[in-house]
Amino acid sequence: MDSIRELWRYRELFYFLAWRDVKLRYKQTVLGVAWAVLQPLMAMVIFTLLFGKLGSMPSDGIPYPVFYFGALLPWTYFSATLSNSGNSLIANANLLTKVYFPRVILPTSAAVSGLVDFAVGSVLLFAIMGYYRLVPGLSLLLVPGLIVLLFFLALGVSMILAALNVRYRDVKYTLPFLVQLWLFATPVIYPVSMIPDRYRLFVALNPLSGVIDTFRASLVPTKQIDWQLLWISSAVTLGIFATAVVYFKRTERTFADVV
Amino acid sequence: MAHSVTVERLSKQYQLGESDTDLLYERVMSWLRHPLSRNGAGERETIWALRDVSLELDHGEVVGIIGRNGAGKSTLLKVLSRITYPTSGRMTVNGRVAALLEVGTGFHGDLTGRENILLNGSILGMRRREIEAKLDAIVSFAGVEKFVDTPVKRYSSGMFLRLGFAVAAHVEPDVLLVDEVLAVGDAAFQKKCLNAMDELRSGGRTVLFVSHNMAAVENLCSRAVWIDEGQVRMDGKPKDVIEAYMASNADVSRLTADLSMVRNRRGNGDGRFTKLEFLGADGRPLKFLSSGDRVILRLHYEAFKSISRPDFEVGVFTELGTLVTKFSTWIDYQIPSIQAGVGYLDLEIDCFSFLPGRYYLSLWLKIQGPTYFDVLEHCVQFDVETSDFYGSGRGIHRYFGIVFVPCQWTLKPSLIPTDHNQPYLCG
Repeated sequence: MDSIRELWRYRELFYFLAWRDVKLRYKQTVLGVAWAVLQPLMAMVIFTLLFGKLGSMPSDGIPYPVFYFGALLPWTYFSATLSNSGNSLIANANLLTKVYFPRVILPTSAAVSGLVDFAVGSVLLFAIMGYYRLVPGLSLLLVPGLIVLLFFLALGVSMILAALNVRYRDVKYTLPFLVQLWLFATPVIYPVSMIPDRYRLFVALNPLSGVIDTFRASLVPTKQIDWQLLWISSAVTLGIFATAVVYFKRTERTFADVV
Repeated sequence: MAHSVTVERLSKQYQLGESDTDLLYERVMSWLRHPLSRNGAGERETIWALRDVSLELDHGEVVGIIGRNGAGKSTLLKVLSRITYPTSGRMTVNGRVAALLEVGTGFHGDLTGRENILLNGSILGMRRREIEAKLDAIVSFAGVEKFVDTPVKRYSSGMFLRLGFAVAAHVEPDVLLVDEVLAVGDAAFQKKCLNAMDELRSGGRTVLFVSHNMAAVENLCSRAVWIDEGQVRMDGKPKDVIEAYMASNADVSRLTADLSMVRNRRGNGDGRFTKLEFLGADGRPLKFLSSGDRVILRLHYEAFKSISRPDFEVGVFTELGTLVTKFSTWIDYQIPSIQAGVGYLDLEIDCFSFLPGRYYLSLWLKIQGPTYFDVLEHCVQFDVETSDFYGSGRGIHRYFGIVFVPCQWTLKPSLIPTDHNQPYLCG
């Protein structure tokens, strides 16, 4: 397809915009890239104390810090990408009205720059796992695939939001709210196993459930991988991404006029 | 061989006013109410920024696009550079396109000069290898060698512009679209830009150049297109098109001009020019004006309220839009105030030292601030005829320039006699 060839031609711009985002995010900050992990780390500490120790939340037999951080890492990537990428079009309105390039590069490069934070966070995750002497098994091989799945999920949702955001200004304000709700709808604070069977379907429809649950399972050999959940997640993700591509392409022509 | 750029019956429509479905919430509500209607229930007023525009450009042509503000020139560039899409019609461009609609697009203050060059270059379509190879050339063109590793937010506005233009000047596209980028910056910078444009021209690429600078258009372009109210009004040699465009802005070519009905004017209208007369030394209206004449320009005005310290200015422009001189009361005739009512101001010129040709006048009535009461640009067109100013039997021809300066020659012969048989020896 022509569009794919064009995207390939502009591949360096992906890199430059992602590089710009990462550089700007951490230039002039004291801790630099360490900020990337501070947020999920703090959340992990709070959850461990509050829900784990105080509330005795079940955790599939995984030590609390690993249980929470293992979910918070992909979750933070997802929510950060939703904000950055969802706002990428209006944040770069000056580019949209003055230069031509395939518009999808903007939300995509934001999604890519989030992966840098994810990578830094992973280092910390392995450090925590090391502390608890948790050695992952073969299931660790699933992780790259999961990251790809997570990427396309985040990107798909962001593309739709970004395109909507250009046309409808209230999307920007509803976004944080949406993200909050999504957090509770996803098994981050609680394990999937805690959900009664008749509600399992709703949880499964949230594609993030499968990703995060499987991510946890791939880290710890004692936890079972719920393949059914994963397949459902993948299918929903594919559906969302396909919709995103169609919708974005359709509305792309009007961005410069409406932004 | 195929054309470099082809535009066929291109039209672009914009909607005016506010949409009643700017919020998603509203859009959803509106959809629930009228599930079958397309885009909200309201009809909005529309404007055709471009209507049925057709053009063909060959490789290597440098075309100037001129026209009044709001005529559709920038919209044409935006459509050609695919930033926005036409409402109807087609266009094809062969080769790499770079649009310079703004200097320093994508520059971010927190990044250094070097980083911004990379970013901006990439945004404009250059490959990373290309940018790195040209980095030194770009930096020296901009003259910011010492500051290349400092964040751009510390740059002066001049440095910022120079850097932005330097990157843009090194993009080597097949088709270049330039939109009045040269209108910013100081005189030295503008000169640099014009030189760069000149070099681009000789590079054999197709250039579309939107500008109000008629002299630049005449110098750089092999063809000019006049866009008026979204349509191509004229397409041909720059000199012809520019003359036609300038002439259309001026309302009369007599030596008495009724300005009260002129609509193309700016200003808040508290005071306005009503009439302009060219009077001779005897105070009677001139039938024609010649080089070197004694002229009185009588500016009739009416003021709707008293204005304190008004400034009256008269600018004289050549056919190509070059400002020859501006007369201003601010320089030598401070008026404390004018009362409400009508009146006139006489500008006495002892020697109208303009060479024969056609000129345009612009008038300004303003006060320091500036606040403009009435601005009439290129509102009067007048011709200056040849005259035998020096009484030598020879008139001063128009190719001697724009103005002449009354002067006299005197030869003081050498006091040392030369021997006509000897060859002349230099000191």
